[in-house]
Amino acid sequence: MSLLEVRNLSRHFGSLVAVNGVTMTVEPGELRAIIGPNGAGKTTFFNMITGFFPPTAGRIVFDGEDITGFQPARRVWRGIARTFQVTEVFPELSVRDNLRIAIEVASGYRLRPFLKRDAQTEVKARVADLLEISNLAPMADRRVGELSHGDQRATEIMMALALKPKLLLLDEPTAGMGDQETYDITQLVRKLHRDQKLTIILIEHDMRVVFHLAERVMVLAQGAVLADGTPAEIAANEAVQTAYLGQAA
Amino acid sequence: MPLDRRAADAVVWLLLLTMPFWLNWIGGYTALGTRVVVLALAAMSLNFLLGFTGVLSFGHAAYFGLGVYGLGLTIKYLVPSSLAGMALGVIAGTLAAMILGMLIVRLRGIYFAMVTIAFGQVFYFIAYRWNDVTGGDDGLSGWRRLPVDLGFARIDILNSDSALYYWSLFWFAVAVAIMAALLHSPFGRTLLAIRENERRARFLGIPIDRHIWLSWVISCGFVSLSGTLYALLNNFADPHDLRWDQSGDFVIMAVLGGMRNFWGPLIGAAIYVVLQDYISSQTENWMSFIGLLFVLVVMFFPRGLLGMLRRRAAP
Repeated sequence: MSLLEVRNLSRHFGSLVAVNGVTMTVEPGELRAIIGPNGAGKTTFFNMITGFFPPTAGRIVFDGEDITGFQPARRVWRGIARTFQVTEVFPELSVRDNLRIAIEVASGYRLRPFLKRDAQTEVKARVADLLEISNLAPMADRRVGELSHGDQRATEIMMALALKPKLLLLDEPTAGMGDQETYDITQLVRKLHRDQKLTIILIEHDMRVVFHLAERVMVLAQGAVLADGTPAEIAANEAVQTAYLGQAA
Repeated sequence: MPLDRRAADAVVWLLLLTMPFWLNWIGGYTALGTRVVVLALAAMSLNFLLGFTGVLSFGHAAYFGLGVYGLGLTIKYLVPSSLAGMALGVIAGTLAAMILGMLIVRLRGIYFAMVTIAFGQVFYFIAYRWNDVTGGDDGLSGWRRLPVDLGFARIDILNSDSALYYWSLFWFAVAVAIMAALLHSPFGRTLLAIRENERRARFLGIPIDRHIWLSWVISCGFVSLSGTLYALLNNFADPHDLRWDQSGDFVIMAVLGGMRNFWGPLIGAAIYVVLQDYISSQTENWMSFIGLLFVLVVMFFPRGLLGMLRRRAAP
């Protein structure tokens, strides 16, 4: 069974058709990239999958369940986590607390007025795990707001990971980063995919990242699917080259 | 918990516990100390919502006033007992907050603040107009606080100023301890998360509206507790206690002291009450001085007086 099945998804903003009849299936364990020129509807597509706003038409089936009308929080509970194009973290709190909040919420502790000692220990251990995987341990007690862009982004990805998602959506994880940071984030995403068998969909502009990471690539242009295939197929596709790759080169 | 914060906590509690002794010595009087503690509880309760959930209410006087009137009306008409009055005052304020909270919790920012004012004014006009029961514009008088009889002990809050002070401080301590414990719990951290970044919090799976509602109810519940203590202190219920400018005073206290700091509103309330007491004996325009101080603090120390101290102390 596919993990995610999107059927004929559309979204109109007034007379603007941002996403137009997109169909997509994602298998468990897959790492899929979505590329396309600015305004192609990539983020709008993400926003509909995560429940930021409802689609104008179409269905979203996740893990065998129709989630089209679900609130964002319920989708998170079902196992969909995301990061944003502009990093969204808790800037005044430490890296440790950012991760701790995500873990506590995911463990169902969000309404607890206190935690028993063994639960506290378990949360602490998971925070340490996530700090370890992401190499954020040296900054654990610093406020996220004062970290570098790359480290903030890594914190955000680890918060999403703390939710133990079945599907992780990354919206331009390397946007606005230098070469070293881009490399670090790419390695982190690769590690999560490989070691945790995590299913990931990522929107990305940096073709090096896309061709390095993705097993399949979907190309959106003007809200519709232009092509869908392996990176090699996409690179050879003439329509894609004219619409997108040609411009980028 | 870092050592310096523990030391700060110890100093605050020590000063509060010994206040009746040193306050008179430096020229104050015990009832002034009681006023500080009671209004500080109101400001700290407001700050649970404002500083630690990131939601601005301009209508907390409504729930404060429900505590005031709840206590006064109970003692005057129902049961001659201070404890029963406190219980009914808190229940009235908390229930009202639960119901109205459900209507407003979806609103954000300025819209939330405006609607809290509007609902607050409804209670004010009820108290103002319903002469037969509330005493209308003249306020609710003709009743007094009564000594508290616990069965094994009798606390004479009626005749002893320091008994009333410690009675108020006891409830202040209970409320403040609960709020502090909540803020260090998983639930409290979800509130900080909402303050910091509502979008991120929502996409971590926190149902934002429900958590804001809970924070609102807790905040209003403790404000109504402080209202009942305020009524005990004054032996009087004033319709002004319900009015929107009273809500504004709570916000001023919180911002003056520092709303990102747990003790900030206590400092703010102390400054407010002492300045009011001192300046109002010199001039009727005491509010101008508070206003001037407020503007200066907001302009130069946007994190409040305690926030400024903390920044200084930081390396």
